[in-house]
This record gives sequence, structure tokens and C-alpha cells, in this order.
Amino acid sequence: MQIQLTKLAHARSGDKGDTANVGLIALRDEFYPILVREVTAERVKQHFQGICKGSVERFELANLGALNFLLHESLGGGGTLSLMTDAQGKTFSTALLRMKIEVADKEARSLDLG
Amino acid sequence: MKNRIRIAAGQGFWGDLLDAPVRQVEGGPIDYLMLDYLAEVTMSIMQKQRSRDPNAGYAKDFVPLMKQILPACVERNIRVTANAGGVNVEGCADAVREIARELGLAGRLRVGIVTGDDIMPRLDELLGREIELRNMDTGESLATVRDRIQSANAYLGAWPMVEALNGGAQVVITGRATDTGLTLAPMIHEFGWAPDDWDRLAAGTIAGHIIECGAQASGGNCQYDWRSIPDLADVGFPIADAAPDGTFVITKHEGTGGCVTIPSIKEQLVYEMGDPHEYITPDCVADFTTIQLEDAGPNRVCVYGVKGRPATEFLKVSISYSAGFKAIGTLVYSWPDAYEKAQVGAKILRARLDRLGLQFDEVLTEFVGVNATHGALAGDPPKDIPEVQLRVGVRSENRSAVERFTKEIAPLILTGPPGVTGFAGGRPKVEEIVAYWPALIPKEEIRPKVQVIEA
Repeated sequence: MQIQLTKLAHARSGDKGDTANVGLIALRDEFYPILVREVTAERVKQHFQGICKGSVERFELANLGALNFLLHESLGGGGTLSLMTDAQGKTFSTALLRMKIEVADKEARSLDLG
Repeated sequence: MKNRIRIAAGQGFWGDLLDAPVRQVEGGPIDYLMLDYLAEVTMSIMQKQRSRDPNAGYAKDFVPLMKQILPACVERNIRVTANAGGVNVEGCADAVREIARELGLAGRLRVGIVTGDDIMPRLDELLGREIELRNMDTGESLATVRDRIQSANAYLGAWPMVEALNGGAQVVITGRATDTGLTLAPMIHEFGWAPDDWDRLAAGTIAGHIIECGAQASGGNCQYDWRSIPDLADVGFPIADAAPDGTFVITKHEGTGGCVTIPSIKEQLVYEMGDPHEYITPDCVADFTTIQLEDAGPNRVCVYGVKGRPATEFLKVSISYSAGFKAIGTLVYSWPDAYEKAQVGAKILRARLDRLGLQFDEVLTEFVGVNATHGALAGDPPKDIPEVQLRVGVRSENRSAVERFTKEIAPLILTGPPGVTGFAGGRPKVEEIVAYWPALIPKEEIRPKVQVIEA
């Protein structure tokens, strides 16, 4: 079944120049392996097509049950150069939470996601 | 040596809640108050202010704040670390000493002054010795913007502040110092940590990272179950309650709003994170993948297990340069067909800008209410959307092109689609863009200077 990330994670995002960072944090420890498996750098790059013009890097923080994504070339030049409403990438966090991922029905039921 | 010290965050940026530092001082026991005033481009704003007035160039809010809290700080021996000095640290320190004398505190406190971060006067000499100060993000040579540079400062770490605290400074004022150093310095000073005690230095750095954005660690901007976060109107700013072994508890004063929970701390930990294995500061390299969090009671989160590695041989430099001009114009279109009308309005505006032959480096059209934050991810708006704000931004090296753009917005009201309003504010303002150039400099090039002076 398809599950939206809002059911699995919370997030915070920010900026470093023209790069947006999104920290994606599992709502429960059991959800972290699903995030690691499904929310790959490739998926995130695809999700943000037209928004992220550069590469996407992913880092794992198992200790926090979190993934950190760097979305390069995403903020219209970044900082004061950017004309965007969200020049600091503050809403990239919730934009990522719009993503829907595939979770097997059985696994979803075992995690009370069904 | 003290068993524990409580370091309270009072400002997350220049412009944060004015009362927050006062409430940190009055709301309960603290030993230190750290105040972060400098965002990336703040130095250039201060440089501009100083070029108009040689006495300006620092965080002005800091002086009236000191007037308000200095008596209590002296009374209870609360010490302050603040990067409020901007590009005029001495001027800021003079103003604070004058306030101290006005308050009858002359002879009762010392002010620490940390300088040596300003490399603006040395730029040509440095470039002449092939210290290239290339842009860390793009690799470009600084020569491409040399004639447009407005400020250049190295980020100093905790150690110069430690020297000031060791010298008995009650208030330590710096220019461009790292925000994490403002929290780490009191720990090094009180607990006597060694310069190569990388794990503890990393722990103090992470404490600094958690509290440096103020209430963003204690319930502000927190997504996790946001409706349940109590009384943000009276939000308590975070406090790092630190022990000599490098463990610390993040908490806030009793009776304040907001929350300190594992989710609120996790959200702040990942904020503006790069590679979590290498959080690089002048003092150490902290490894965020080693952080352990534990619930230590209501509004208390214990942080432990932090590992660090040796600091690098470089300091980061923040350079600001003039990068042209921009302006942003907005109009609001109402139901019916709000989105369609806004799109037609945008098209008409673009056609007029084209006909005028105006050259822009970038023109950005956004529809607030439809796609300004999530772009195409937001999907199509409802057909009967009640209103849409058209927001058009332009950027150019050519000021007059941007100026002309600002005069093309209001005419759309009488010469475009109907149902439009929202122009009470008048023409958009042309803004000079001061852009940020991050670079690295070998550490041995920077010699911080520390003075401790009686008030």
C-alpha cells in the first residue's frame, strides 16, 4: 500500500547557500528502516524535479532515527540572491513529507499503519 | 571547578524576541547568557552602517538590553557571551562600559573584547600571497568580485572567548565568532577542558548548535505534534545544563511555554545540517552520528555519547559583496477565477517588460496560495480558490531596469484582469543585493586579539 511520509516522519529544513537541507526524522524507531529503504537520494531527486536542479546527497543518522538530505541548486541562487518566497528552504521539509512510498500490506499492518 | 553550569540562549538571530534574554535572566537560575546576533549577511549591513557613522556597526539592541540586565548579571554573577560587536567591537564595548558607569557599576565588572576577525584591510596582501579565498561552493576565484567586496571576516572559535573569561570578563563581546563558540567557551573556561579533548569540545559544540537558534529547540517551529505544544506566546528559550564530563541536559525555565522533548531536540539537531559525520568548527569536528538522547523528565533531554575529532587547519571566512539589485512586486486577485486572472496578469506584465527591452538576470513569478512554497508538488489548486497573490521578483546588475520594473506593477490594476487589489503599500522598493561568499583561510593567518577592560 502507499503511505505518505506524514504518517512516518517529521522534518525540519534549512539552507546553506543554494543548497537546501532536509532532516527527515522517523516518528517511531520502527519506521526508520522503512525510511532508509524507501526514501533514497534518487527518489528524493525525482520527487523534487523542477525544484532541485543539482544532485541530492543522503546521510544516515541511525542514532536519531533520521536521514539528512542535501538538495543542491534548489534555492534560486540562495541567500540574498534568491527571489523565492522560500529563499531559505524552510518549507522543503513539508514538501518532502508529501512523498508517498510503497509499504507491503503485511508490514504496514504490523506497524499499525493499515 | 563547578559541578554543572547553566548556559541560557537569549537570541537566535538579530531581531529575535527582545524580551527573551531578560526572561532568561529573571526566570530562574543561570550562570551564562549567550546571545547570537550574526547571520551570514549581518556583517555587511553593519559595515554599511559604520561607513555612514563611525560609531555604528554593531548590534544596537545589545546596549539597551545590557542596561536592562547588567545589574542582575553583576549581582548574581551571570556572565554574557555575545557576538554583538559586528564590525565595531570596540565601539560596542565602549557603549556597554558607558552603560555600566551610568548604572553605578563602575569598577564592578570587566568587559572582554575579542577582535582580529576582520581581514578586510588585509585582502590584497592575502591574495598577493596566493591565499586565494576561493568560493567554497563554486570554486570561483575571489578576483571575480574583488572590487565589490563590502566585508570580510574570519569565524573565530571559542578559545579567544575562553581567554577573556579567564581574564575575569563579565561580558565578552566578539565580532564574527561562531555561534557554537558562544556556548562552548563557558564550558571550557569552567571545566578546564584541554584544546585536544575532542570529544568534550564536540559535546559543547553540539550544545551550542542546539541552543543557538533560540526557541527553535524548545517548541518553536516544531512540527512534531505542533498543536499540543503549550503556550508558545510565553515560550521559554533553551538552557544547556552542562557537566564537566561533556554530558548536558537541554531544558528551559519552569513555568514557561513551549516544550523541550526528544522530537524538538532532534528537529533542531538536523537544522542546517551538512554531512553529519563532520560538523566543522574552528574548535573541533563534531560527529552528529554519535549523539545519544535520553528523556530526563518533563522538559529535560539529556545528551551524551558525543564523539569529536581534531579541528582542521582552516578557518571559515565570510565575505560579503555587492551583487546587483532586486525588487519584488505583489498583487492579489480574488474569486472568481483568481488563479487564472493572476496568470493572465503575470503574462501581461512580462509582455510589457519585454517590450520595454529591460534586461534581467532572473525574473521569478510565483502564485502565493497555489505554488509559492511547494511548487508543482502542491498539485492543482481548487477551481474556486478564494484568492491568489501574484508575486513577481526581478534581479539585475542594472539598477534602472529594476527601478522601472517597480513602476509596472500598479498599472496592472487598471490595465489588466479584474478583481485585483492589494497595492496599498505603494511601489516595491529596489534593494541592493549583498551576497555571501564563503571561503577558507589557513588558521595561522588569523591572530585573535583579546582585551579585558574594567568598566
